[in-house]
Amino acid sequence: MFRSLAFSALALLATSACHDQASGGTGARAQIRAVGSSTVYPFTAMVAEAFVAATPDARTPVIESTGTGAGMKLFCAGIGAAHPDIADASRRIKASEYRTCRANGAAALLEVEVGLDGIAFGEAMNGPRLALTPADLYRALAAAPGGRPNTARTWRDVNPALPSVPIQVYGPPATSGTRDAMAELILTRGCEEADASARQLATTSPDAHKARCTRIREDGAYVDMGENDNLIIQKLQANPQAIGVFGYSFLEENEGAVRGLPLDGVIPSYDAIADGRYPGSRPLYIYVKKAHLEAVPGLAAFLAAYARAWGPDGPLVRRGLIVAPADVRARSAAVIARQTPLDPATLR
Amino acid sequence: MNSAVPADERRRRLRQRHAAERRFRLAGAAAVLISAGFLLFLLATMVSGGLRGFTRTQIALPVDFAAAGLPLDPGQLEGREGAASLAGAGFEGLTDHAAIAAFGPHGARLLSDAAWISVRNAVRRDPSLLARRAVIQVPAASGIDIAFKGRGTPEAEAEVASLARRSAISSHFNAALFSAADSTDAAAVGVWGALKGSLLTMAVTLGLAFPVGVLAALYLEEYAPRNRWTDLIEVSINNLAAVPSIIFGLLGLALFLNTLGLPRSAPLVGGLTLALMTMPVIVIAGRNAIKGVPPSIRDAALAVGASPVQVVFHHVLPLALPGILTGTIIGMARALGETAPLLMIGMRAFVAAPPDRLTDPATALPVQIFLWSDEVNRGFVEKTSAAILVLLFVLLAMNGLAVYLRNRLETRW
Repeated sequence: MFRSLAFSALALLATSACHDQASGGTGARAQIRAVGSSTVYPFTAMVAEAFVAATPDARTPVIESTGTGAGMKLFCAGIGAAHPDIADASRRIKASEYRTCRANGAAALLEVEVGLDGIAFGEAMNGPRLALTPADLYRALAAAPGGRPNTARTWRDVNPALPSVPIQVYGPPATSGTRDAMAELILTRGCEEADASARQLATTSPDAHKARCTRIREDGAYVDMGENDNLIIQKLQANPQAIGVFGYSFLEENEGAVRGLPLDGVIPSYDAIADGRYPGSRPLYIYVKKAHLEAVPGLAAFLAAYARAWGPDGPLVRRGLIVAPADVRARSAAVIARQTPLDPATLR
Repeated sequence: MNSAVPADERRRRLRQRHAAERRFRLAGAAAVLISAGFLLFLLATMVSGGLRGFTRTQIALPVDFAAAGLPLDPGQLEGREGAASLAGAGFEGLTDHAAIAAFGPHGARLLSDAAWISVRNAVRRDPSLLARRAVIQVPAASGIDIAFKGRGTPEAEAEVASLARRSAISSHFNAALFSAADSTDAAAVGVWGALKGSLLTMAVTLGLAFPVGVLAALYLEEYAPRNRWTDLIEVSINNLAAVPSIIFGLLGLALFLNTLGLPRSAPLVGGLTLALMTMPVIVIAGRNAIKGVPPSIRDAALAVGASPVQVVFHHVLPLALPGILTGTIIGMARALGETAPLLMIGMRAFVAAPPDRLTDPATALPVQIFLWSDEVNRGFVEKTSAAILVLLFVLLAMNGLAVYLRNRLETRW
């Protein structure tokens, strides 16, 4: 009995050793690989599914949800089979990230805007019906509004018109594109409305402006929930006094469980985000390495499938994507068709 | 002396001791009841939530293939070219039109996004359909599925009622759950991709951890001299068995992905990482089993002239095998339920097809459960519970095998 066991064990070891050699990191790769934002993930996954169903020879793409920041780090680590082809991003690539990409050989990137999403603030259906402005949110959430440490405990402390409910905000972590977009779209706007000196800082000292406007307080009023928007929804039901930060698609899917809070009097809705009336709307991107377009089979066809899916009649709308304006869609389709690389001079 | 204690005092002390005895027994019974209650609660919530995931709501969709005039030749649907022409034949549009014709302007929304695949597969099975009308069973959209199972929104309930009046809606066993992989559509997901990923991962883990663990245990018990070095190794192995699994994930990320350049998300890397985690468990179980073999067996074998290798392989190892196997299966069951290290090496990706090789991207069952629990669509709730039931069943089967092997092979001295 033992002898046969030993042989089978040896055989298994030998095969696993062979596989070790056969699958080194430098060879070709048959399937498309995407990493990045958890907001863009469901859309890319859906395109991947449609792509596989329509192209019988294609190997199934692999889509990983890591958050925009972590995804960019993986994406920009180099070119070749060991590195992903596509980065999903819920904000534009940063100049610093692009520099890493260029230093590692991936200077030519296609930037494709696939649609829009909104940063929504929501509360449980039995919540206190807060009506906020970006300035209120800035005074409630910034680490140092106006340069002084944040001491606000209740919403009334930031705006006497608001109820005396403790400030408790559940939101995504610092590596999340949703959080970056919240800081950039809402807090920065609120900061410049609430604090005249911050507006001057923007020209004299951009770094100080950024620290003043986008650093979020760390004394427990803002609770980091990880890259898990479902958890935020559950937390809101358990604690109706708190508000949550998530992408608009989550709000839409959980209609009936949570209610969107109006910002500047505008309730987050499909139309308000699509026409830009709602302050927290943001574009969603995918970034593609140009060098991979020829090396990875099917990558160009995959991008074409993405372009077919993002229109107003496409399947992505049913999953909560907000369709970008027609001119943006035409520009993105042209980027894919002509393989126009991103101009790094436009990055910040 | 005892007679100094009065009789009623003696009875009082006796009563006290009996009462203490009863209290202790009651506390013990309460502990058993509470733990059994937790277990029952867990199973009841999983089964009540998960059983619905094993059925699928289907809609009978009348499709007029003859009128649609698909660009297909009924004789040439086999092989690769057949697959390519089927893919380009426009089944999506045909299915949407058929649904709108049959159920009104919202018809296409009643069907799952994967409905056209059912239509295509029906044509592939029976090309003669192309010349006539046929009624094809297609999966319902996830909202309709939830409503048919009784927990939907009022609008979806109304749609279900109107479909039910035409008896176009029915519930079937969800065979796709055991043949499909991950999908973005809750009505079309399956656990087979994740289960197959788990099985491939486990094969690598077993192939590496079992021989290395058993040989290490044999060497340490039978050959190694007792000195400071073997003591150090023993302490290290015991510590390794207690290291949190996420640490092994970080080790796997640094060693297999960043240094050796193996592919991300592959069962091969998952198996290697879990093998690192399982090996100390197998070594410890193996050493205990080998210690349990009486020295008289070794002495007798040596006395009739067996060499030390013969003693080990002919006598000690076969006698210790039941214990080693039990330890191995328990270790493998733990590895099967492990999520954290697999997240670190990228086995948390969306993979729409089951893996075919060790280097194909894959997920594992517990990771799939984690991914589905994070999905926005409410249809994923019952699928998550169904996947948990599948995982529990596999774990139960492995533990059952461990008990069976122990009872079957165990020798009593």
